[in-house]
Amino acid sequence: MQVVLEVNGREVVREVAPEELLLDFLRDTLGLTGVKRSCDVQVCGACTVLVDGAPVSSCCYLVADADGRRVLTIEGLAELPEFERLEEAFTRHAGLQCGFCTPGLLLTVRSLADAGELTSEEEIRRSLAGNLCRCTGYRGILEAVADAAGVA
Amino acid sequence: MTVETRLRSQIGRSHPRLDAREKLRGQAQFAGDLLVPRMLHGRVLRSPAAHARIVSIDTSSAERIPGVVCVLTGADLGDIDPYYGHAIKDRPIVAIDKVRFQGEPVAAVAAETPAAAAAGVDAIAVEYEELPVVADVEAALAEGAPVVNDTVPRPGLFHGLGQLPPREGNVCYRYRIDRGEPEAVFARADVVVEGEYVFPAVYQYALETHTVVAQFEGDEITVWASCQHPFLVRAELADLFGVPVANVRVVVPYLGGGFGSKSYTKMEPLTVALARKAGRPVRIQNRVAESMVTTRRHNMRCRMRTAATADGRLLAREVECLLDTGAYADNGPRVTATAGDAAPGPYRWAAYRVDACCVYTNTAPAGSYRAFGATHVQWIGESQVDEVARRTGIDPLELRRLNLLTPGEEVRSGGKPLDADLVGDVEKVAEAIGWGEPKEPFVGRGVSVGLLAAGAHPVSSAVCRLEADGRVVVLVGTTEMGQGPRTAFAQIAAEEIGVEPEDVTVRGADTRFTPYDRSTGASRSTTLAGLAVQRAAADVRAQLERIAGTSELEPGSHVELLRKHFGFAGGELIGRGEVAPADGSGSYAEGPVFWEVCVGAAEVEVDPDTGVVRVRRTATAADVGRAINPQLVERQDEGATMQGIGNALFEEMVYEEGLLLNDTLLDYRVPSFEDLPDEMTCVIVENGDGPGPYGAKGCGEGALAAVPAAIVNALADAGVPMNELPLTPERVWRRIQQLKEEGAWRT
Repeated sequence: MQVVLEVNGREVVREVAPEELLLDFLRDTLGLTGVKRSCDVQVCGACTVLVDGAPVSSCCYLVADADGRRVLTIEGLAELPEFERLEEAFTRHAGLQCGFCTPGLLLTVRSLADAGELTSEEEIRRSLAGNLCRCTGYRGILEAVADAAGVA
Repeated sequence: MTVETRLRSQIGRSHPRLDAREKLRGQAQFAGDLLVPRMLHGRVLRSPAAHARIVSIDTSSAERIPGVVCVLTGADLGDIDPYYGHAIKDRPIVAIDKVRFQGEPVAAVAAETPAAAAAGVDAIAVEYEELPVVADVEAALAEGAPVVNDTVPRPGLFHGLGQLPPREGNVCYRYRIDRGEPEAVFARADVVVEGEYVFPAVYQYALETHTVVAQFEGDEITVWASCQHPFLVRAELADLFGVPVANVRVVVPYLGGGFGSKSYTKMEPLTVALARKAGRPVRIQNRVAESMVTTRRHNMRCRMRTAATADGRLLAREVECLLDTGAYADNGPRVTATAGDAAPGPYRWAAYRVDACCVYTNTAPAGSYRAFGATHVQWIGESQVDEVARRTGIDPLELRRLNLLTPGEEVRSGGKPLDADLVGDVEKVAEAIGWGEPKEPFVGRGVSVGLLAAGAHPVSSAVCRLEADGRVVVLVGTTEMGQGPRTAFAQIAAEEIGVEPEDVTVRGADTRFTPYDRSTGASRSTTLAGLAVQRAAADVRAQLERIAGTSELEPGSHVELLRKHFGFAGGELIGRGEVAPADGSGSYAEGPVFWEVCVGAAEVEVDPDTGVVRVRRTATAADVGRAINPQLVERQDEGATMQGIGNALFEEMVYEEGLLLNDTLLDYRVPSFEDLPDEMTCVIVENGDGPGPYGAKGCGEGALAAVPAAIVNALADAGVPMNELPLTPERVWRRIQQLKEEGAWRT
């Protein structure tokens, strides 16, 4: 089947199998390897991308369901002017270690920021529970997100 | 040394991670992101049975599937000695005649697409004849138990544990220490605490699963692998496939976490064997369920008793540990020895006896996981110390002040004396969680102290190249898996040569070009590889000073000096740095390189109606000698603290008769953001007492041993003493009911 979607601001038209996962499509067909595979069961958040601005686990999301929609991956997010603020905060607070969970996490943060849901430390702790990080112990991420979001 | 006389501008500075930009922008390349020309996709057929004889394997249907290039089975390995294992060569590359654990590779398919590879795996027909399952250590040691691993015991290339005795039944390895006469001391003790304890099997869960791309051309092997120990993998591959060490090239990109799960040799032999048969490069990337059975943390049963005087002097300890290493040794012998060394705890004993036994069972092989050995036993020993404190009416912190070893005292006979101020460390963490402040009901506080033999074998080397444009390239074999060595090494090289860290490039291991480094693990990289980098950089500096004819170099004069020396705009200065033990020493018995401090404190709150334990405050001591980059040190301790919370509270691989019941992250829970304590403090201690550059020593593991022990002690302080991990709500609630029945529940 044919899908037409917007990925990182560019139109993509491709033939795909109906069962093809968005994760494999982004990584293997489009070469967007910033999207990471880990748990395969929508728990870890490493494969998170935004579809029409909302975070989805691309490991359990069909390309077919993204037909006609806008997809944003880390490669696209990094091109946006507002990314610099996030990048600077994560760098300053060392809110990353191995970097494998980082792209998915940043996309979740982006959608939460857009929705105005990063208003307190409490909120950050609760709303990022769907992105696992095994390295940092979350402290550095918390500081970075709070800083970027202007939460005291 | 010139180091001492120059201003230290780069050391002790929280320089931003040099890999931050690449990682934040999704540009960092991991093994699964690499595309090798003509690369095929590999999938592994794994055993559904925990113990079975393979009656037959029919691969003909699989081979007919379009896109399938070949199917590898044990029958393809007749021309090589297919057994490997760095400690004990007890494991075939792929099952030969029998399977010994659920998930053991039985065959592997190489295909043009992942879908064809998966279809190929599904089309392989295997007939099994089930054999009796040895489910746990008790079953393994029972009279007449079936033998799990019936291979001929042969030492691996990196055995390093002395004589390998003949194998007795299912005992893989045994480590014993005898000191003094414990029986006599126990007979005259005022206080004796004893108990039986259970520690679960745990999954390291590096988010990036084990991933390998292998290519076998002529007699040259190349692997791009998510591995922590590229040089040890290289040696094992050379040994297995009968080629010179120099013909094996191991390239290591960024790792998506390691924590020990990617130490030594894991999926590399199988991927190389498949590539050899396919005649083309092949990638195998595990799924989570596969990585869980590739390696895990040893579960353990332990009996311990501790003797003390009525005035709180610790006298003697006896420990028996049974560690379940699964069907193959992996790093079981070293884990067992390390647990044995950690079992007495860093106290001044009159006598102790340790008997640590590594046992084969029909479960997934167990190996390294951050702070192995120490994490296994510290919570047990420290809970007994706290019980002594309760019975003698002495404050737990005071009891530790009375009994802890002090710097220079012997830790282990013939080993390195204590090189850290443990009393100072534990006082600092206790203070950080408000020790002595009033507590609400159902809130408890605990501290714990331990030591971990760190550094592994002290062999590391590095090369520094000062290029004609003034930039520096450091070649060193350390694997960047998140802990930040590339940034720390850039700071060290910059400090020595007199440039900025941004001017220094540090990349991952490529064994064809990077000089030898024993491994990335055992908290050794900053200490040992860092020392090699420091020496290599100092070598470059010395060459520059010779060229200039002075030790006072003008800032920014390097390019000009090189031009003067070479007479044109090219050439480079090459510095060499090496760390090696004197005269072939450096063995485990003489070690360790340093004692990693495992000191922590916790404050917890238990809900008596539900058994839910919440960690409110933690503190750990990063006793690092000298912090090259304090922020990276803190982040290491925080990560280890969080893993400690997971290990203590909920992580557990649940096995039933050799079958793993929770092989997805849906039912194997790891800590999430919501488990972050209200306060998490890392106290950096800098006494300059490490053997590494500027007096540094490693960190990052100790907190994982310290935190579960502190949590267990805090929970006991809140009224619920536990002898089994993890501290799940159900387990804690049942214990509370038991305490109520015994009239021992204080509300």
